[in-house]
Amino acid sequence: MYSKDGENYFIVDAHVALWDARPENQRNIQGKQFIDCFYDYHRNLGPEEEHWSYEEFLYQGGERLMKDLFQDGYVDHAIFQPAYLGAFYKNGFAQVEEAYNLAAANPGKLTYNHCYDPREGEAGLDRLRADHEKMKFKGVKLYTAEWRGESRGYKLSDPWSYRYFEECRKLGIKNIHIHKGPTVRPLDRDAFDVADVDHAASDFNDLNFVVEHVGLPRLEDFCWIATQEPNVHGGLAVAIPFMHTRPRYFAQIMGELIYWIGEDRIQFSSDYAIWSPRWLIERFVDFQIPEDMTEYAPLTVNQKKKILGLNAAKMYDIPVPADLQLPNADETKTGPRQPERADLAGVA
Amino acid sequence: MTAALTERTLRRRDVSVTAEDVRQALGAVLDPELDEPITDLGFVRSLEITRSLAGAVVTVHLRLPTSFCSPNFAYLMAADSKDVISALPGVAAVVVELDDHHDSALINAGLAADAGYRGTFGQEAEHSLEELRWTFRRKAHTAAMERCLTELLRADATLAEESVGTVRLGDLPAGRSKDALVRRRTALGLPTEPAAVVLVDHDGISYPPDNVPMALRRARSTRISIDGNAHFCRGLLRTRYAGSGADQTDRPEGAEAADHHHLLPFTVKEIHP
Repeated sequence: MYSKDGENYFIVDAHVALWDARPENQRNIQGKQFIDCFYDYHRNLGPEEEHWSYEEFLYQGGERLMKDLFQDGYVDHAIFQPAYLGAFYKNGFAQVEEAYNLAAANPGKLTYNHCYDPREGEAGLDRLRADHEKMKFKGVKLYTAEWRGESRGYKLSDPWSYRYFEECRKLGIKNIHIHKGPTVRPLDRDAFDVADVDHAASDFNDLNFVVEHVGLPRLEDFCWIATQEPNVHGGLAVAIPFMHTRPRYFAQIMGELIYWIGEDRIQFSSDYAIWSPRWLIERFVDFQIPEDMTEYAPLTVNQKKKILGLNAAKMYDIPVPADLQLPNADETKTGPRQPERADLAGVA
Repeated sequence: MTAALTERTLRRRDVSVTAEDVRQALGAVLDPELDEPITDLGFVRSLEITRSLAGAVVTVHLRLPTSFCSPNFAYLMAADSKDVISALPGVAAVVVELDDHHDSALINAGLAADAGYRGTFGQEAEHSLEELRWTFRRKAHTAAMERCLTELLRADATLAEESVGTVRLGDLPAGRSKDALVRRRTALGLPTEPAAVVLVDHDGISYPPDNVPMALRRARSTRISIDGNAHFCRGLLRTRYAGSGADQTDRPEGAEAADHHHLLPFTVKEIHP
């Protein structure tokens, strides 16, 4: 919980990881390139006083995670979103077993989401069933640019992706978190394109699709498809730290999100350990859209409360104290959710 | 006339290609996603010219903001670079290498062998990258269009959002935004005369009044996205390569206070025992 100016914010960090990118776990040069890329993100977007040493960044462990999230970071509940990356790391990038055990030991604080790769076919389906039997997760994280043998990615509209969604449906896995990455076959088209999410979300309208990074670098494509589908949500991982170095860009991202997808479908994520939640939460509560951006209405306290925790809590049935709950906004199921909040002030 | 022509031909033969010629040629190579010259983005890492009997041998190294930048865009920039330099008079051979990318080996081998897109990527390539280029040319046009119209709306409080659907090119004030729009319209083959309607789709079709606000909103999200990516890519390059900020040209669109502070302490990403 975070409190400021007499307001209390229930915090759900909807995207955290426990990773091991140390050299002994790197399988190849791509393993080093991947974590180095994360480290550049960390340093480029985070305030200097929040920068970690490279060594700290390679591996944190469960104890450090618990401290950064719950002791220092105001987080009430956090959700693991593992990216396995077996082609880059010997024992995987996300430490699946360790994260699951940590969540099992702290059920009130941590939710474990699993990951799978639809290119594993029938054998992967068997494993998904077995893993679910043991771990009982409600959500999965899919990284569509994951490399596997000759393949360097897949689409959510592929036939095997659909087989896996059908299985998710049967098992009661309701929340599908998606991270688009750059290397999907064929290279002829824009690999960041989120059009495949649109197909999957239409055909599996009883599942929730949470597009991580709110579709960045294709915010416009994401907003458009999220507007068509009642079950598409946006995660703020990687988007929210722009608040520090690029506050005007972040203001426009938020303005667009409120306009297109509305205040009930946006989830706060630190993307720990790329960034830590403490500074993100403190600054987001203080954040406001600059006055000269008259095309957007200011963010309200209630919108911030929903984004910082209530929206994800609802999706994951995380108990929220009664006095901190808020009703849903009266938004349409599809179409721009809050067009009235985005009029140019000059027009009025 | 003849004398002048002969003199020019002779000069071309005598004076070999210079680094400045090569840099200028590379200025025509665009990052297809950001629609900006790679020279403005700081993507040209080094440029070296040696002489052989047959002519100049040009070696260019390119660098990108991350190892995981899309390989298709990376390939396009590298292949286009090789093409524009090869076309310079007096150039006998060109080596273009992409540094520190997850696909460096593949792309550099493909470039060295002039293998083309499909020859370079094999089963990962289906047809060509032309459609990809068009996707981003269209987005660049959309963004340029929105910039012009939002500037109008901000400047004139009495102008209603619905009414921008009938604004014509001739109504726009002269300046950087209008120039950019005209350039992008030309690239798409759209009319550029003063009577042409500004708010149009990629085929040049204008919108009925009811659809104007939505078309403008969609265009706005595209503009925000492109400006955001252009600056994030610049920033990441500066973080990744010490001193690379000096090779970048400022981008006024979407610029923020932090863009004036290019100096982030450089960290070598290795463990130091």
